Amino acid sequence: MSTYPLLSLAIWIPIVAGLVVLATGNDRNAPLARMLALVGAIAGFFVTIPLWTGFDPANGGMQFVELHNWIPRFNINYHLGVDGISMLFVVLNAFITIIVVAAGWEVIENKVAQYNAAFLIMSGLMNGIFTSLDGVLFYVFFEASLIPMYLIIGVWGGPNRVYAAFKFFLYTLFGSLLFLVALMYLFVQSGGSFSILEWHKLPLGLSPQIWLFLAFLVAFAVKVPMWPVHTWLPDAHVEAPTGGSIVLAAIALKLGAYGFLRFSLPIAPDASHELSSLVIALSLIAVVYIGFVALVQADMKKLVAYSSIAHMGFVTLGFFMFSAMGIEGALVQMISHGFVSGAMFFCIGVMYDRVHSRQIADYGGVVNTMPKFAALFMLFTMANAGLPATSGFVGEFMVILGAVKLNFWVAFAAASSMVLGAAYSLWMYKRVIFGDVANDHVKELTDINGREFLILSVLAICTLWMGIYPQPFTDVMHASVNDLLRHVAISKIQ
Amino acid sequence: MQMQKLYLLVPLAPLIGAMIAGLFCRVIPRWVAHTATITGVAVAFIASVLIFQDVQAGNTFNGPVYTWLTSGDYKFEVGFMIDTLTTTMMLVVTFVSLMVHIYTIGYMQEDPGYNRFFSYISLFTFSMLMLVMSNNFMQLFFGWEAVGLVSYLLIGFWYTRPTAIFANMKAFLVNRVGDFGFILGIGLILTYFGTLDYVEVFRKAPEFANTMYPLMGEGSAVSLMTITCICLFIGAMGKSAQVPLHVWLPDSMEGPTPISALIHAATMVTAGIFMVSRMSPLFELSTTALSFVIVIGAVTALFMGFLGIIQNDIKRVVAYSTLSQLGYMTVALGASAYSVAIFHLMTHAFFKALLFLAAGSVIIGMHHDQDIRNMGGLRKYMPITWITSLIGSLALIGTPFLAGFYSKDSIIEAVKFSNIPGSGFAYFAVMAGVFVTAFYSFRMYFLVFHGEERFGKGDHHDHHDDHDDEEASHDHHHGLAPGQKPHETPWVVTLPLVLLAIPSVAIGFIGIGPMVAGDYFKGVIYVDNAAHPALATFLEHFHGAVAMGLHAFSTPPFYLALAGVVLSWFFYMKRPDIPAAIQRRFSAIHTLFENKYYFDKINEFVFAGGARALGKGFWRGGDVAIIDGLIVNGSAKLVGWFATVIRFFQTGYVYHYAFTMIIGVFVLMTLWINRA
Repeated sequence: MSTYPLLSLAIWIPIVAGLVVLATGNDRNAPLARMLALVGAIAGFFVTIPLWTGFDPANGGMQFVELHNWIPRFNINYHLGVDGISMLFVVLNAFITIIVVAAGWEVIENKVAQYNAAFLIMSGLMNGIFTSLDGVLFYVFFEASLIPMYLIIGVWGGPNRVYAAFKFFLYTLFGSLLFLVALMYLFVQSGGSFSILEWHKLPLGLSPQIWLFLAFLVAFAVKVPMWPVHTWLPDAHVEAPTGGSIVLAAIALKLGAYGFLRFSLPIAPDASHELSSLVIALSLIAVVYIGFVALVQADMKKLVAYSSIAHMGFVTLGFFMFSAMGIEGALVQMISHGFVSGAMFFCIGVMYDRVHSRQIADYGGVVNTMPKFAALFMLFTMANAGLPATSGFVGEFMVILGAVKLNFWVAFAAASSMVLGAAYSLWMYKRVIFGDVANDHVKELTDINGREFLILSVLAICTLWMGIYPQPFTDVMHASVNDLLRHVAISKIQ
Repeated sequence: MQMQKLYLLVPLAPLIGAMIAGLFCRVIPRWVAHTATITGVAVAFIASVLIFQDVQAGNTFNGPVYTWLTSGDYKFEVGFMIDTLTTTMMLVVTFVSLMVHIYTIGYMQEDPGYNRFFSYISLFTFSMLMLVMSNNFMQLFFGWEAVGLVSYLLIGFWYTRPTAIFANMKAFLVNRVGDFGFILGIGLILTYFGTLDYVEVFRKAPEFANTMYPLMGEGSAVSLMTITCICLFIGAMGKSAQVPLHVWLPDSMEGPTPISALIHAATMVTAGIFMVSRMSPLFELSTTALSFVIVIGAVTALFMGFLGIIQNDIKRVVAYSTLSQLGYMTVALGASAYSVAIFHLMTHAFFKALLFLAAGSVIIGMHHDQDIRNMGGLRKYMPITWITSLIGSLALIGTPFLAGFYSKDSIIEAVKFSNIPGSGFAYFAVMAGVFVTAFYSFRMYFLVFHGEERFGKGDHHDHHDDHDDEEASHDHHHGLAPGQKPHETPWVVTLPLVLLAIPSVAIGFIGIGPMVAGDYFKGVIYVDNAAHPALATFLEHFHGAVAMGLHAFSTPPFYLALAGVVLSWFFYMKRPDIPAAIQRRFSAIHTLFENKYYFDKINEFVFAGGARALGKGFWRGGDVAIIDGLIVNGSAKLVGWFATVIRFFQTGYVYHYAFTMIIGVFVLMTLWINRA
């Protein structure tokens, strides 16, 4: 076991790197800013690798724990740790940060330093969310991470960016206020502790559990996002720059889902069982309803945004089946969605950079001018449709199979994504990529350059690796997921 | 240990070939692509032969290659199960694939996507092998979807043609509808059996024979095996194109002809048949499911055959014939004659691949004109194609002693003795189907190879929906110019025809003894002879291949087939005015056939249109109007409105505030006084 405070490094290296990048100032130093950002992102990724390689899969508890006093007066601690549920997200987050910095390399020419700094700081803050074991620390990171994203959409976004940024900010802020109330209540009930792990052990009656659960539900449902509080996401995606969309889809959406596992299930297990059918119903609506909505989108980014909501429906569905297959399937789906949706948004960004349109109708026959791009885009489209041997399949497969155990018709509704997902993904691909060259813009397209090829290839390898051999990903989860399931199975009502 | 490496080599050799040809398709010369892929497939074929011999010697295998995933109590592995059923499929797949690879050198020689094409067909071979060699449902599903992917890529191979890219999406989506059922079936198996391993599942299956499943709540339980088998069979209906999920197969003819032979006739579409045979220990437990299977199969066999009669595109005739023959195989499954279904699968793979490749040869000879009304008399110009086509057609219609005869007659006989509900209709359907098959097959044969030479007249029937896209077919010069004659195709094309003609003649005679009557499939395919005695009864009447062939001359199928051939000769060679008159007389039926029973129109309107309407409704009505319009922006407006109202109270005048304060104090004091 390493003696370095790896988790602190994973949080603070990107943040410090972000501040350094910010210090390079205006766009005259753009090349330096980019280089520094890349170095910072890579360094941030390297410190997360020992988390995976040094992880003890037999231990379901917290590892790499760091505990220091922060505000002793209120018993608030700087308390970090990862278990099998959170560890992979730290690694994924650090990995996606590299992708994002590379994705904006030549594309962002305005306020380069600030742009890269926002992403690096965001990345550090999100690592903070995944690793915090103290309620206040979690809340601080949770709220602080809104700010860089708000700026990314509001400054580097599209024409309607201000509406989208406000909608994003207010929606999520609204959710987290209830979350704050819940934290305060837990602080009082636990006799003055902000330790999340102690809250897990806190006995609570059914009715306080229900209230807590609902408060958490609102906060996390907005983040995931679940139907019907999802409408901020399509707007945010459409207006956000490519990098913003990648981070939003790949990491930010997972924060809410992660919250369910860290707060809702262990703190309010009885309420979770009691209200599981509500969450399952909302998840299935997300899969079916949103699947149909995605089908008719004319804007590629909106289409992929809606498909993200449908995919996240699988995640919440998996959580509330209370089975190892369900939860692990959901976690796999979250990681896979990080690769696949990140890649999908990057692909749309590649086309947008050339044609400056996201409308499906403005394309057609792209394969004629961009064959390499078309091949890679095909892979991710298929992964989005859940084709076996890509990562997109694994989570869906596990959740659907788990759902049959729960109820045939739940599985039936979930499995409809096999058809719907393929329909919206392939129909978009057909209209954009296949066919004759549709117009002069498409005719003048140039195929992806080395940088774009590298980014997409790396993501393609991840997608295939996870599809062909997902065992290393689930291996680290087993102990923690089993502990969680055992914990949730025991009533807290005394 | 040595054999296990060989097992691994079978799928991996084509995969390596596919990767060489695919990843480097833009840099390597053509000969590298076809050499690499053909070597890969040839290695797989040779290895399959060795494995076949080894299995014949009694060495079966069942074991994992690696653990894909573990979760909870469940373990998912990638593994192989090597038995006679597997080796039969391996031999068929690798042999037909090898023939198609060689053929492709000639067929695709002018195509700019040459390397890409080789990569795809090798990738297909890999996927199909993984499917048939699997020892568990998970890997089966993997291969299942992977062949679907390659089929998608190949149907849309000429991606600038609007019809091709529509057809490939349609194929994928219709298959996904089947897979939707398939995965639910797999889920039921995992739920009750706790494993996806074939052997484990089959071992435990009898325990669940009488288990009821609460499908609609506790009150309305149905048999677990029935629902599971029907779910699995829905998967087979998608892949093996059974009514009503057959609609994708005729359209798949948009793909290049070699893949129509390989994927859409010989191998992939038979995956469903293979799957049900593999699952025989499960299907045997549910007579209801078998009934469902036999009725679906019978409908497909007969009604898709009718459509073959009115097609004018040479490939579509063969496509409808494939649909009909897949129906025959499905009927055999329903009659619990799994070994017969596999037997027909095998003979069909050879003669149908032959017919498709011969059709492709004709298409090359005709310079990419596919309309049989523009052909005629080709036997003079394309002798090898002619003879091999004749052999293929004779095999297809069930001429005694040829391959198709043994397998098709076995199906008919088995159905005759079947006692499950629906077998009466199925017997009628397969009998009538014999006549229909002979009629459409020889209609095509006579129109193409005999009679008046109708090509090169410049007055083409303007038919080709699939070729009328000018831009798309610029590298496919179109039809023969006036005065131009068809020509025989090069040896790379004719060699596979000849090599496929040999098994089309002989494989039935050789195969029927061991595969149907013998114990070739002993311990692999399970039949509950007490409950479903059809095959056993048939075998009581079986006295060897020669006797069966001789006996055929005194049975109705032979005369039905003969009648079909004679009638088609009379109609299309002797009196071409009669079919035209019939068409006028029964125009309603003709319209029904022309529109393929309106399946496409109904699907387009109800499902595609319905889904789009639903999506628009949810989006405009739900997301935009209610959630965003009413709630999100509504609450923002409410806050705004509230703020405007509040603003009136914040005038900034001191006397307004003072006055409000006085009222407040007054109210508070009143309350305080009243309290006391």
